[in-house]
Amino acid sequence: MSDMTLAGRMPKFIRRADPAVLTAFACIVVLLLVGSLYSRSFLSPEYLLQQLKVASFLGVIATGMMLVILLGQIDLSVPWSVAAGAMMACAAAAYGPSGVALAIPFGIFCGVLIGIVNGIGVAYLRIPSMIITLATNAVAQGLMVVYTGGFSPQDSATGAMRYLATGFAIPGVPNAVIIWALIGAAMVFVLTRTGFGRAVYGIGNRERAAYLSGIDTRRVVMIAFAASGGLSAFGGVLLAGYASKAAQSMGDAYLLPSIAAVVLGGTSILGGRGSYLGTVAGVILITLLQSILSVMQMPEAGRQIIYGVVIVAMLLLYGRAPASR
Amino acid sequence: MRDSRYWLAEQRGTLLALGIFIVMFVIYTSNHPAGFTANVVQTAANKGVLLAFVAMAQTLVVITAGIDLSVGMIFLLTNCLASWLVVGMPTQTALGVVAVLAVGLVCGAINGAIVIYGRLQPIVATIATGAVYYGIGLLLRPFPGGSVNEDLADALTGRVFGVVPASLVVLLAIVLVIWVPFSRSVLGRAAYAAGSSETAAYMSGVPIRRGKFAAYTLAGLLASIGGLFLTFFTYTGEAAYASGNSYTLFSIAAVVLGGVSLFGGKGSAIGAIFGALAFRTIGDLLFVFDFDPLWQPLFQGVILLVAVSLGAFALFRVRNRLEWFL
Repeated sequence: MSDMTLAGRMPKFIRRADPAVLTAFACIVVLLLVGSLYSRSFLSPEYLLQQLKVASFLGVIATGMMLVILLGQIDLSVPWSVAAGAMMACAAAAYGPSGVALAIPFGIFCGVLIGIVNGIGVAYLRIPSMIITLATNAVAQGLMVVYTGGFSPQDSATGAMRYLATGFAIPGVPNAVIIWALIGAAMVFVLTRTGFGRAVYGIGNRERAAYLSGIDTRRVVMIAFAASGGLSAFGGVLLAGYASKAAQSMGDAYLLPSIAAVVLGGTSILGGRGSYLGTVAGVILITLLQSILSVMQMPEAGRQIIYGVVIVAMLLLYGRAPASR
Repeated sequence: MRDSRYWLAEQRGTLLALGIFIVMFVIYTSNHPAGFTANVVQTAANKGVLLAFVAMAQTLVVITAGIDLSVGMIFLLTNCLASWLVVGMPTQTALGVVAVLAVGLVCGAINGAIVIYGRLQPIVATIATGAVYYGIGLLLRPFPGGSVNEDLADALTGRVFGVVPASLVVLLAIVLVIWVPFSRSVLGRAAYAAGSSETAAYMSGVPIRRGKFAAYTLAGLLASIGGLFLTFFTYTGEAAYASGNSYTLFSIAAVVLGGVSLFGGKGSAIGAIFGALAFRTIGDLLFVFDFDPLWQPLFQGVILLVAVSLGAFALFRVRNRLEWFL
């Protein structure tokens, strides 16, 4: 009873919010406070904007991941979708002016292709998503290794890619942040205002029921995977613009963080439940965590351990499946 | 008559994997410059056995309808640990081996506890614990190095009576000591039942939690045996992220080739062993046919993709379209 009266006194927007999202935002505040103990500049606007810019690459990738997780599936082909997008965009740039113009669409197109293979496997062949996406990841890696000869490619990013990742269209606001905001807004619109979004949540809750209510569930799953592949590749394009070239294992560092960001933001790993606001919180949380660990000069080993432990701990707090009865 | 038909139906996946392996191996040895000699068999066995152990580990978890994406990382972690501990005098070496196996067991038990008692999804939980195990491995071996008791290593990677590869003998012993008792025990049956239909198993009073926990724990142990053998082959410990990942990936490929159903409840570790040996031999075929090694990752990826797509043939047997959505 006391819980209910307590909830009754809280402002409406807090009562309606998902506890997971609130926890994630609370963790962000805690991280900022901890970080400011280490360094004065941690709370300065320049630093925070810089963090937001770094977060936007993860944000774009996590957006696609969220779409797939909402379906109750998972996309483990992120690492080489990112790398393939980056490498193919840079490769296209080597083919004269038209190549330069088409570099970004071509990179995204390659990611969409990987996503479509995933989608066909999951939706039409009914292969478990973690298996087929692992397999396409291996194939994409194989293709890229054959293409690059096992080294990081020499082609560099185009001016447009660099501008998207590092430029300032609006003074003071990095372009990458604007792109993330646009993609995020589009995602929120799709999830909350379109039939496709309803279908995604419906399939995540119970695919059978969604199918029986007349949704072409297989097409929805297919489109979601294609979108996830495309967004991963676009994240790769942006990263290539940021570093001004593509690298072999550039995507490896994005698989675990993108899943973690989505799950920490309160999206159920079983699908059907979650909001984009939570994913935004998860992305910022992960980026700040990474930033603090690097300010503390934590070696890679420690970072991996802390990642794993934090994810398991947060999941145990609110990501548990119901007990079997 | 009925018994033998039942047995045949149950072992179909395993026998198919055995068949694929034999065909691949015959093609391999008949095109190998040295031909079918004890040396060629020994090298092939040593390479295959590593994956066979990891694939056995994956099988145990897959049977329960779960998946362990941290097997490759347990394999790496125990490799790094063994490069510190399995050295020196015989007693010290023996203690080291026991310690390495114990660590593998604990890693598996942690996975099991998180998945079963923490009720988390196996995919995410084992990706996360895999990151932790990799981190610990990297702490132990920031740079490749270390050493191992070379007498023991040479004995276990050499040949028995000059003919039979010792690693195959160890593999057989592990199958007899771990897999056969487990699959015939109540816990093993419970693991199968949990994978087949968790609700039905729960309703019938099968100890599904203990069965699944035993499966995850033994998976950790088997992965650590693999890690131990990796140390015996390389004499060093190395925490290479890509290598751990590819072992996880290949273990799934081997399991699928070995006729173990990814939906759980069907298949055996013996099938997975032949799947692993077949997968390794397919990789080596590129070598005897003088392909550019650059093509190897693509080739292995395509095999994996084809292998997992084979499961889609079950769709043709679906009578009611609602069965698409399990």
